[in-house]
Amino acid sequence: MAKNWPLWEVFVRSKNGLEHRHFGSLHAADATMALENARDVYTRRNEGVSIWVVESKNITASNPENNGELFEPAQDKVYRHPTFYDLPDEVKHM
Amino acid sequence: MIQNKDLIQYILGISDNAMILGQRLGELCGHGPNLETDIALTNISLDLFGQTRSYLQYAAKLKDDGSTEDDMAYLRKEHEYKNVLLVEQPNTDFAYVIVRQFLFDVYHLLFLEQLSESKDQQLSAIATKSIKEVKYHVRFSGDWVKRLGDGTKESHNRIQAAIDILYPYTNEFFEASEVEKLAMSSEIGVNVQDLKTEYLKLVTQLLTEATLTFPEQVYFLSGGKQGKHTEYMGFILADFQYMQRTYPNMSW
Repeated sequence: MAKNWPLWEVFVRSKNGLEHRHFGSLHAADATMALENARDVYTRRNEGVSIWVVESKNITASNPENNGELFEPAQDKVYRHPTFYDLPDEVKHM
Repeated sequence: MIQNKDLIQYILGISDNAMILGQRLGELCGHGPNLETDIALTNISLDLFGQTRSYLQYAAKLKDDGSTEDDMAYLRKEHEYKNVLLVEQPNTDFAYVIVRQFLFDVYHLLFLEQLSESKDQQLSAIATKSIKEVKYHVRFSGDWVKRLGDGTKESHNRIQAAIDILYPYTNEFFEASEVEKLAMSSEIGVNVQDLKTEYLKLVTQLLTEATLTFPEQVYFLSGGKQGKHTEYMGFILADFQYMQRTYPNMSW
Protein backbone atom coordinates (compact mmCIF):
# COMPACT_ATOMS: atom_id res chain seq x y z
CA MET A 1 0.00 0.00 0.00
CA ALA A 2 1.26 3.47 -0.85
CA LYS A 3 2.50 5.34 2.18
CA ASN A 4 1.11 8.69 1.09
CA TRP A 5 -2.35 9.54 -0.08
CA PRO A 6 -2.51 10.55 -3.75
CA LEU A 7 -2.07 14.17 -4.75
CA TRP A 8 -5.05 16.26 -5.89
CA GLU A 9 -5.20 19.61 -7.67
CA VAL A 10 -7.69 22.13 -6.28
CA PHE A 11 -9.63 24.66 -8.35
CA VAL A 12 -11.70 27.33 -6.61
CA ARG A 13 -14.29 29.73 -8.00
CA SER A 14 -13.94 32.87 -5.89
CA LYS A 15 -17.37 34.18 -6.80
CA ASN A 16 -20.24 33.50 -9.12
CA GLY A 17 -19.55 34.61 -12.66
CA LEU A 18 -15.81 34.02 -12.43
CA GLU A 19 -14.04 30.90 -13.61
CA HIS A 20 -12.48 28.28 -11.34
CA ARG A 21 -8.79 29.00 -10.78
CA HIS A 22 -6.01 26.69 -9.73
CA PHE A 23 -5.37 27.28 -6.03
CA GLY A 24 -2.88 24.57 -5.17
CA SER A 25 -2.69 20.90 -4.34
CA LEU A 26 -3.18 18.61 -1.37
CA HIS A 27 -3.20 14.95 -0.35
CA ALA A 28 -6.39 12.94 0.18
CA ALA A 29 -7.46 9.29 0.10
CA ASP A 30 -10.37 9.88 -2.30
CA ALA A 31 -12.46 12.57 -3.97
CA THR A 32 -14.77 13.15 -0.98
CA MET A 33 -11.85 13.68 1.35
CA ALA A 34 -10.11 15.85 -1.25
CA LEU A 35 -13.15 18.17 -1.36
CA GLU A 36 -13.34 18.42 2.42
CA ASN A 37 -9.62 19.01 2.73
CA ALA A 38 -9.77 21.64 0.00
CA ARG A 39 -12.59 23.37 1.86
CA ASP A 40 -10.47 23.46 5.01
CA VAL A 41 -7.12 24.30 3.45
CA TYR A 42 -8.11 26.77 0.73
CA THR A 43 -11.48 28.37 1.57
CA ARG A 44 -11.33 29.02 5.31
CA ARG A 45 -10.84 32.75 4.74
CA ASN A 46 -13.93 33.07 2.61
CA GLU A 47 -12.10 32.59 -0.69
CA GLY A 48 -14.65 30.61 -2.60
CA VAL A 49 -18.15 29.56 -3.60
CA SER A 50 -17.31 26.39 -5.50
CA ILE A 51 -14.51 23.83 -5.51
CA TRP A 52 -13.31 21.32 -8.09
CA VAL A 53 -10.75 18.67 -7.29
CA VAL A 54 -8.99 16.42 -9.75
CA GLU A 55 -6.37 13.80 -9.05
CA SER A 56 -3.04 15.19 -10.26
CA LYS A 57 -2.19 12.05 -12.24
CA ASN A 58 -5.18 12.77 -14.50
CA ILE A 59 -3.69 16.02 -15.71
CA THR A 60 -1.69 15.93 -18.94
CA ALA A 61 0.88 18.70 -18.95
CA SER A 62 2.85 20.20 -21.79
CA ASN A 63 6.56 19.53 -21.75
CA PRO A 64 8.69 22.60 -20.91
CA GLU A 65 11.27 21.36 -23.43
CA ASN A 66 8.75 22.07 -26.18
CA ASN A 67 8.10 25.63 -25.08
CA GLY A 68 9.95 27.02 -28.08
CA GLU A 69 7.73 25.52 -30.73
CA LEU A 70 4.58 25.74 -28.62
CA PHE A 71 4.63 29.27 -27.33
CA GLU A 72 7.32 31.47 -28.83
CA PRO A 73 5.70 31.89 -32.27
CA ALA A 74 2.83 33.73 -30.52
CA GLN A 75 5.11 36.33 -28.96
CA ASP A 76 5.44 38.68 -31.93
CA LYS A 77 1.82 38.57 -33.08
CA VAL A 78 0.51 41.59 -31.27
CA TYR A 79 -2.46 41.83 -33.65
CA ARG A 80 -3.95 38.78 -31.94
CA HIS A 81 -4.56 40.79 -28.77
CA PRO A 82 -7.76 42.85 -28.47
CA THR A 83 -5.71 45.81 -27.23
CA PHE A 84 -6.98 48.21 -29.88
CA TYR A 85 -10.44 48.46 -28.34
CA ASP A 86 -11.52 50.84 -25.58
CA LEU A 87 -13.13 48.80 -22.85
CA PRO A 88 -16.10 50.38 -21.07
CA ASP A 89 -15.55 50.69 -17.31
CA GLU A 90 -18.51 48.39 -16.63
CA VAL A 91 -16.69 45.43 -18.16
CA LYS A 92 -14.69 43.85 -15.41
CA HIS A 93 -12.38 40.84 -15.25
CA MET A 94 -11.02 41.19 -18.80
CA MET B 1 -39.16 34.02 34.57
CA ILE B 2 -35.58 32.84 34.98
CA GLN B 3 -33.24 35.06 36.99
CA ASN B 4 -30.12 36.52 35.40
CA LYS B 5 -27.74 34.54 37.60
CA ASP B 6 -29.37 31.27 36.51
CA LEU B 7 -29.43 32.30 32.87
CA ILE B 8 -25.70 33.07 33.12
CA GLN B 9 -25.10 29.58 34.53
CA TYR B 10 -27.17 28.11 31.73
CA ILE B 11 -25.12 29.96 29.13
CA LEU B 12 -21.84 28.89 30.75
CA GLY B 13 -22.96 25.27 30.50
CA ILE B 14 -23.37 25.65 26.76
CA SER B 15 -20.26 27.71 26.12
CA ASP B 16 -17.96 25.59 28.31
CA ASN B 17 -18.71 22.56 26.12
CA ALA B 18 -17.58 24.49 23.05
CA MET B 19 -14.64 26.12 24.84
CA ILE B 20 -13.09 23.03 26.42
CA LEU B 21 -13.52 20.95 23.27
CA GLY B 22 -12.02 23.86 21.31
CA GLN B 23 -9.06 23.86 23.70
CA ARG B 24 -8.58 20.10 23.28
CA LEU B 25 -8.56 20.50 19.50
CA GLY B 26 -6.25 23.48 19.80
CA GLU B 27 -3.70 21.24 21.51
CA LEU B 28 -3.47 19.36 18.22
CA CYS B 29 -2.42 22.42 16.22
CA GLY B 30 0.81 21.39 14.50
CA HIS B 31 0.36 17.79 15.67
CA GLY B 32 -2.35 16.51 13.32
CA PRO B 33 -1.69 13.29 11.42
CA ASN B 34 -1.10 15.33 8.26
CA LEU B 35 -1.29 18.95 7.15
CA GLU B 36 -4.84 18.73 5.80
CA THR B 37 -6.34 17.10 8.89
CA ASP B 38 -4.36 19.38 11.16
CA ILE B 39 -5.94 22.42 9.51
CA ALA B 40 -9.39 20.84 9.56
CA LEU B 41 -9.25 20.16 13.30
CA THR B 42 -7.90 23.63 14.03
CA ASN B 43 -10.71 25.12 11.92
CA ILE B 44 -13.25 23.28 14.05
CA SER B 45 -11.49 24.55 17.15
CA LEU B 46 -11.75 28.13 15.88
CA ASP B 47 -15.44 27.67 15.07
CA LEU B 48 -16.00 26.52 18.65
CA PHE B 49 -14.06 29.44 20.12
CA GLY B 50 -16.06 31.83 17.93
CA GLN B 51 -19.26 30.40 19.37
CA THR B 52 -17.80 30.57 22.88
CA ARG B 53 -17.08 34.27 22.45
CA SER B 54 -20.66 35.02 21.42
CA TYR B 55 -22.03 33.20 24.47
CA LEU B 56 -19.54 34.72 26.90
CA GLN B 57 -20.00 38.26 25.62
CA TYR B 58 -23.71 37.79 26.23
CA ALA B 59 -23.12 36.28 29.69
CA ALA B 60 -20.77 39.14 30.62
CA LYS B 61 -23.40 41.65 29.53
CA LEU B 62 -26.03 39.93 31.68
CA LYS B 63 -23.65 39.88 34.63
CA ASP B 64 -23.36 43.66 34.34
CA ASP B 65 -20.59 44.13 36.92
CA GLY B 66 -17.79 45.10 34.54
CA SER B 67 -16.84 41.49 33.81
CA THR B 68 -15.55 40.79 30.32
CA GLU B 69 -15.66 37.68 28.17
CA ASP B 70 -12.03 37.04 29.15
CA ASP B 71 -12.89 37.09 32.87
CA MET B 72 -15.64 34.60 32.21
CA ALA B 73 -13.38 32.37 30.13
CA TYR B 74 -10.17 32.41 32.13
CA LEU B 75 -10.75 33.36 35.72
CA ARG B 76 -13.07 30.70 37.06
CA LYS B 77 -12.07 27.82 39.30
CA GLU B 78 -12.30 24.25 38.11
CA HIS B 79 -15.64 23.48 39.77
CA GLU B 80 -17.14 26.59 38.17
CA TYR B 81 -16.73 25.16 34.67
CA LYS B 82 -19.89 23.34 33.66
CA ASN B 83 -18.89 21.42 30.52
CA VAL B 84 -19.83 17.76 30.13
CA LEU B 85 -17.09 15.23 30.88
CA LEU B 86 -16.85 13.99 27.29
CA VAL B 87 -15.27 17.15 25.90
CA GLU B 88 -12.40 17.17 28.41
CA GLN B 89 -11.27 13.63 27.57
CA PRO B 90 -7.70 13.53 26.20
CA ASN B 91 -6.36 13.30 22.64
CA THR B 92 -5.20 9.73 23.24
CA ASP B 93 -4.90 9.03 19.53
CA PHE B 94 -6.61 10.11 16.31
CA ALA B 95 -9.44 7.60 16.86
CA TYR B 96 -10.23 9.17 20.25
CA VAL B 97 -10.16 12.66 18.73
CA ILE B 98 -12.62 11.62 16.03
CA VAL B 99 -14.96 9.65 18.29
CA ARG B 100 -15.07 12.42 20.91
CA GLN B 101 -15.82 14.88 18.15
CA PHE B 102 -18.49 12.76 16.51
CA LEU B 103 -20.29 11.88 19.75
CA PHE B 104 -20.36 15.57 20.65
CA ASP B 105 -21.15 16.95 17.17
CA VAL B 106 -24.33 14.90 16.73
CA TYR B 107 -25.58 16.07 20.12
CA HIS B 108 -24.42 19.64 19.48
CA LEU B 109 -26.39 19.93 16.24
CA LEU B 110 -29.61 18.54 17.78
CA PHE B 111 -29.14 20.87 20.74
CA LEU B 112 -28.57 23.99 18.60
CA GLU B 113 -31.56 23.20 16.39
CA GLN B 114 -33.71 23.37 19.52
CA LEU B 115 -31.88 26.37 20.97
CA SER B 116 -32.55 28.31 17.76
CA GLU B 117 -36.23 28.21 18.81
CA SER B 118 -35.44 29.72 22.20
CA LYS B 119 -37.51 32.64 23.46
CA ASP B 120 -34.22 34.35 24.30
CA GLN B 121 -33.43 36.18 21.07
CA GLN B 122 -29.71 36.37 21.69
CA LEU B 123 -29.35 32.64 22.30
CA SER B 124 -31.59 31.89 19.36
CA ALA B 125 -29.41 34.07 17.11
CA ILE B 126 -26.14 32.48 18.28
CA ALA B 127 -27.61 29.01 17.76
CA THR B 128 -28.86 29.83 14.27
CA LYS B 129 -25.45 31.13 13.26
CA SER B 130 -23.61 28.14 14.79
CA ILE B 131 -25.77 25.49 13.13
CA LYS B 132 -24.04 25.89 9.75
CA GLU B 133 -20.64 25.40 11.33
CA VAL B 134 -21.71 22.39 13.33
CA LYS B 135 -23.33 20.73 10.30
CA TYR B 136 -19.87 20.67 8.77
CA HIS B 137 -18.36 19.31 12.00
CA VAL B 138 -20.82 16.39 11.94
CA ARG B 139 -19.97 15.72 8.33
CA PHE B 140 -16.23 15.81 8.98
CA SER B 141 -16.23 13.61 12.08
CA GLY B 142 -18.90 11.26 10.68
CA ASP B 143 -16.90 10.69 7.51
CA TRP B 144 -13.82 9.86 9.54
CA VAL B 145 -15.74 7.44 11.78
CA LYS B 146 -16.80 5.60 8.62
CA ARG B 147 -13.30 5.65 7.15
CA LEU B 148 -11.65 4.32 10.28
CA GLY B 149 -14.42 1.85 11.17
CA ASP B 150 -14.66 0.40 7.70
CA GLY B 151 -10.94 0.86 6.96
CA THR B 152 -8.20 -1.55 7.94
CA LYS B 153 -8.32 -4.08 10.77
CA GLU B 154 -6.12 -1.86 12.88
CA SER B 155 -8.14 1.33 12.28
CA HIS B 156 -11.33 -0.61 13.05
CA ASN B 157 -9.96 -1.98 16.33
CA ARG B 158 -8.62 1.37 17.43
CA ILE B 159 -11.78 3.33 16.77
CA GLN B 160 -13.91 0.62 18.38
CA ALA B 161 -11.66 0.91 21.45
CA ALA B 162 -12.23 4.67 21.52
CA ILE B 163 -16.00 4.18 21.29
CA ASP B 164 -15.93 1.68 24.17
CA ILE B 165 -14.11 4.22 26.35
CA LEU B 166 -15.97 7.39 25.33
CA TYR B 167 -19.55 6.19 24.87
CA PRO B 168 -20.17 6.03 28.67
CA TYR B 169 -19.81 9.84 28.77
CA THR B 170 -22.68 10.48 26.35
CA ASN B 171 -25.66 10.00 28.64
CA GLU B 172 -24.69 13.14 30.57
CA PHE B 173 -25.92 15.22 27.61
CA PHE B 174 -29.47 14.16 28.40
CA GLU B 175 -29.42 14.47 32.21
CA ALA B 176 -30.91 17.92 32.80
CA SER B 177 -29.19 19.93 35.54
CA GLU B 178 -31.11 22.29 37.83
CA VAL B 179 -30.37 25.35 35.68
CA GLU B 180 -31.23 23.45 32.54
CA LYS B 181 -34.62 22.63 34.08
CA LEU B 182 -35.13 26.28 35.03
CA ALA B 183 -34.17 27.48 31.56
CA MET B 184 -36.41 24.84 30.00
CA SER B 185 -39.44 25.85 32.06
CA SER B 186 -39.01 29.48 30.96
CA GLU B 187 -38.93 28.31 27.33
CA ILE B 188 -35.40 29.64 26.99
CA GLY B 189 -33.53 26.38 27.35
CA VAL B 190 -33.56 23.10 25.47
CA ASN B 191 -35.30 20.00 26.79
CA VAL B 192 -32.20 17.81 26.62
CA GLN B 193 -33.99 14.62 27.65
CA ASP B 194 -36.04 14.85 24.47
CA LEU B 195 -32.92 14.73 22.29
CA LYS B 196 -31.84 11.28 23.41
CA THR B 197 -33.97 9.10 21.11
CA GLU B 198 -32.99 11.01 17.98
CA TYR B 199 -29.33 11.11 19.11
CA LEU B 200 -29.12 7.37 19.60
CA LYS B 201 -30.85 6.78 16.28
CA LEU B 202 -28.42 9.00 14.35
CA VAL B 203 -25.31 7.70 16.06
CA THR B 204 -26.36 4.05 15.74
CA GLN B 205 -27.10 4.53 12.05
CA LEU B 206 -23.65 5.84 11.34
CA LEU B 207 -21.86 3.33 13.56
CA THR B 208 -23.66 0.48 11.79
CA GLU B 209 -22.58 1.89 8.45
CA ALA B 210 -19.04 2.03 9.81
CA THR B 211 -19.25 -1.63 11.00
CA LEU B 212 -18.92 -0.45 14.61
CA THR B 213 -21.03 -1.06 17.72
CA PHE B 214 -21.78 0.44 21.11
CA PRO B 215 -20.37 -1.45 24.10
CA GLU B 216 -22.97 -3.72 25.67
CA GLN B 217 -22.46 -3.25 29.38
CA VAL B 218 -22.24 0.44 30.11
CA TYR B 219 -21.84 2.30 33.36
CA PHE B 220 -22.60 5.89 32.39
CA LEU B 221 -20.48 8.68 33.86
CA SER B 222 -21.53 12.25 34.58
CA GLY B 223 -20.81 15.20 36.87
CA GLY B 224 -19.37 17.87 34.60
CA LYS B 225 -22.61 19.85 34.55
CA GLN B 226 -22.30 20.09 38.34
CA GLY B 227 -18.65 21.11 38.11
CA LYS B 228 -17.30 17.70 39.15
CA HIS B 229 -14.69 16.97 36.54
CA THR B 230 -12.35 14.16 35.58
CA GLU B 231 -8.65 14.17 36.43
CA TYR B 232 -7.87 15.82 33.07
CA MET B 233 -9.67 19.10 33.69
CA GLY B 234 -7.05 20.65 35.99
CA PHE B 235 -4.33 20.11 33.41
CA ILE B 236 -6.45 21.67 30.67
CA LEU B 237 -7.08 24.74 32.83
CA ALA B 238 -3.42 25.03 33.81
CA ASP B 239 -2.62 25.48 30.12
CA PHE B 240 -5.71 27.45 29.29
CA GLN B 241 -5.51 29.96 32.14
CA TYR B 242 -1.74 30.34 32.24
CA MET B 243 -1.48 33.67 30.43
CA GLN B 244 -4.27 35.42 32.33
CA ARG B 245 -3.10 34.08 35.68
CA THR B 246 0.54 35.01 35.06
CA TYR B 247 -0.05 38.36 33.38
CA PRO B 248 -3.41 39.55 34.76
CA ASN B 249 -5.48 41.61 32.31
CA MET B 250 -3.06 41.04 29.48
CA SER B 251 -4.51 41.23 26.01
CA TRP B 252 -3.14 40.54 22.52
